[in-house]
This record gives sequence, structure tokens and C-alpha cells, in this order.
Amino acid sequence: MVELETTIKNRAGIHARPSALIAQTAIKFASRIYLEKAGNRINAKSIMGIITLAASFGTKIKIIAEGPDEQQAAEAIKALFESGFNEELG
Amino acid sequence: MKEQEPVNFTVLDLLSLELKEQNDLKLRCVAGRAGLSREITVPDLNRPGLALAGFYELFAWERLQIFGRGENAYINKIEADGVADQIYEKLFSYKLPCCIFSNNIEPTARFAAAADVAGCPVLITELPSVEFTIRVIRILHDIFAPKIIMHGVLVEVFGIGILLIGDSGVGKSETALSLIERGHRLVADDVVEIRCLNGTLLMGQGTNKVIGHHMEIRGLGIINVTHLFGVGAIRDKKQIQLVIQLEDWDPNKVYDRIGMDEMTMDILGVKVPKLEIPVKPGRNLPIIIETAAMNERLKKMGYHSAREFNQNILRWLESESARTMYFFRDDY
Repeated sequence: MVELETTIKNRAGIHARPSALIAQTAIKFASRIYLEKAGNRINAKSIMGIITLAASFGTKIKIIAEGPDEQQAAEAIKALFESGFNEELG
Repeated sequence: MKEQEPVNFTVLDLLSLELKEQNDLKLRCVAGRAGLSREITVPDLNRPGLALAGFYELFAWERLQIFGRGENAYINKIEADGVADQIYEKLFSYKLPCCIFSNNIEPTARFAAAADVAGCPVLITELPSVEFTIRVIRILHDIFAPKIIMHGVLVEVFGIGILLIGDSGVGKSETALSLIERGHRLVADDVVEIRCLNGTLLMGQGTNKVIGHHMEIRGLGIINVTHLFGVGAIRDKKQIQLVIQLEDWDPNKVYDRIGMDEMTMDILGVKVPKLEIPVKPGRNLPIIIETAAMNERLKKMGYHSAREFNQNILRWLESESARTMYFFRDDY
């Protein structure tokens, strides 16, 4: 199991578009991938799940991956967060 | 699946709960507003009669303090006797979450002032003490109930709450959509918050009202089920009575073919009947799930199709062997 921490870097937070990007990236990996905010853990392959996190600008998010390609998966998701989803950064 | 962190529930949260009808607490705050951010840490209450009388051993100060007619009469008496101030000082030296007066009793000005100084919220309810106690205990127990968030879709089919689970992309949302289209109801898509009430009952609902009753269908995007199918197609919460795990058809796996041995799934310590249904092109999942729901209802009514079937076979085999023994069938 791999656990990485990240923060929301784009001003608008995780709305529909970023959440779709995360889910699309996550679904390419065989591992189970989760995002966790303040103890709430959701499946990173589910768009509605990611939106439910209500992750606004500056929120700390934990990325958890479990499976054969866990390291790559967690890093790919983290890179996505770090890039701010090609949106305006805060 | 992951258990949640402890609840952070303040007096202000209690006041701003949107409760209706038999749950309405009819509360308002009259003093000590500075303390509205005080946390309620235990789902319990206390009648502070003994404390007012000066007995503080085992004083359950961390609970909601309910002042009924009796406590109020005592307050009036100590104020008339002129000993109220030191009693209030002692009482409010504890960090009480809040004081609640029932029967619409206004606290005395002195009591309110002492509460203001201590920053302890004072609330009034229109309800009588007993009714208020019943309601608030029920509500607090719901709020403090163990909670878990699961990935899945919760639907109501023929009155049975079914939680569809399975890996991403196995077709949970699509199956739910066909069920909705056939007149069943959506409770929550993708993220289901489950609370264990009374230790025996699992209540499932969406996590957030704003995004509730939306679904993500691959190829379509996000759809609003309420607008597309009408309010008849949705439901806010529903007890989970059956779990159906959808999984890709695995030719090496043995699936249940008879339905005599029942599988269960443990959610927050409650065992829920569980079915594993393999998904394959050409299998009509909505109809299988509808049938599962009806079968579950039948079981609840005391009729177990598979067991009953087997009993009939056993009875028939017995009578058949008896017949052959008497009539020597081979001789005919």
C-alpha cells in the first residue's frame, strides 16, 4: 500500500472537470485507489465520489493506492493534483 | 470501507438541524449565545436536580442538562432564599454543553445572566420534558451512530433497500438506471453513507444534499435523476436490507445455483443478506435484481423458495420410495 499527501492547488477546488480527470487517470490502473479527506475515504475511480469530498482550495488530501501498480498509480494521481489540473492556481 | 472520525457536533448544530413533525425539537436559544460552539460529546441527557441541591458526586456534566418544572421550581425557591448566586457559580463552573428548559419555561433573569457570564447556552423547548427527552435521545443517537462510507449504489426495489456493490466499471450505475426506468427509486449513487441505528438497522443515504440524486453514466456524463425521472424516482434514505455484489463473470468461480446457503455481509457489525451476481453480456440484470428483491420479500414473509422446493423434493422422494416398496414397480 502506498500513501501520498497532497493539497489542492487550483483556486476553484475539485469541481466536475478535475474530478473527471482524476477518475480517468485512476481507471487506467489496476490498483484500488482511494482519496481521503478528514477521515472520509472514497474511491478515486468514481467521479461522483470525488465530488462528494467537497475538496476546496488548500484542502489536504491523502492518496492511497493498493495493488500491483500502486506506486505508479499514486504518483500519477499526485502529479495531477500538483499540476492544478491546468487551471488557475491559487 | 473506512470508519469515520468522531463526530464534531455543537449546540449550534443541534439548533440548526432541519427536523420535522415527530422529530421537531422546537428549540430556541435565549441566553449564553457565546457558548453555542460548545460541543455535545455524548448522546445523553441529565436532570440536574441533585446538582442544584448541592450534590456533585458523579455529576454527568458533559450531558445535555434538562430543566423541567421541578428544577425550575427549585430555581425559583433558591432565588427567593437568596442562595442562588453561589449555586449558579458552582453549577456553571462545569463546562455544561447547554441547559434546556422544557414546557416553554423562561429561565429567570438571574439564571440567564449567570449562564451568559459562564458562556453556557440556555435553550427553551416548547415540548414537555418527557416528549423532548424521547425526541432528543433518538436524534442524538442517530447522529452519534457508527458511520461508514461505501462505494456503491443504493436503490429501493419493491420496497427493499438494495446496495449494489462491485468494482468500478462493472455496471452498477447502469443497472441502477434501468431499475429507475422500470419505476424503482434511487437513494444514492456511488457514495453511500451508512449509519448503524440501534445496533441492528443500517440506514443508507447520500453524503451530500447538493449533489444527491445525480448519477454519472459513462458516455452520458452527469445526469440529474430527479429532473429526468421525477420525484417519484428518488428517496432520501432507506434501510439496507440486501447487498448485491456485481462482478465480472469468472468461469472458474462457483456461483450459487440453488440459493439454500445464505451469504451475508458484515457492515458495522450488522449481517446483511448478500448475493453475488455475475455480469455477462445478455444477462438482464434489472430483472434479476427485481426478482432478488421479491424473493427477499417472500423470505421476510416466511416463505423461502429454495428451501420449500427442496422440502417438496424430499417429501416426494420419500413417498416415491414408499410406493415402490409396496407395489414392486418392477413387476408391472
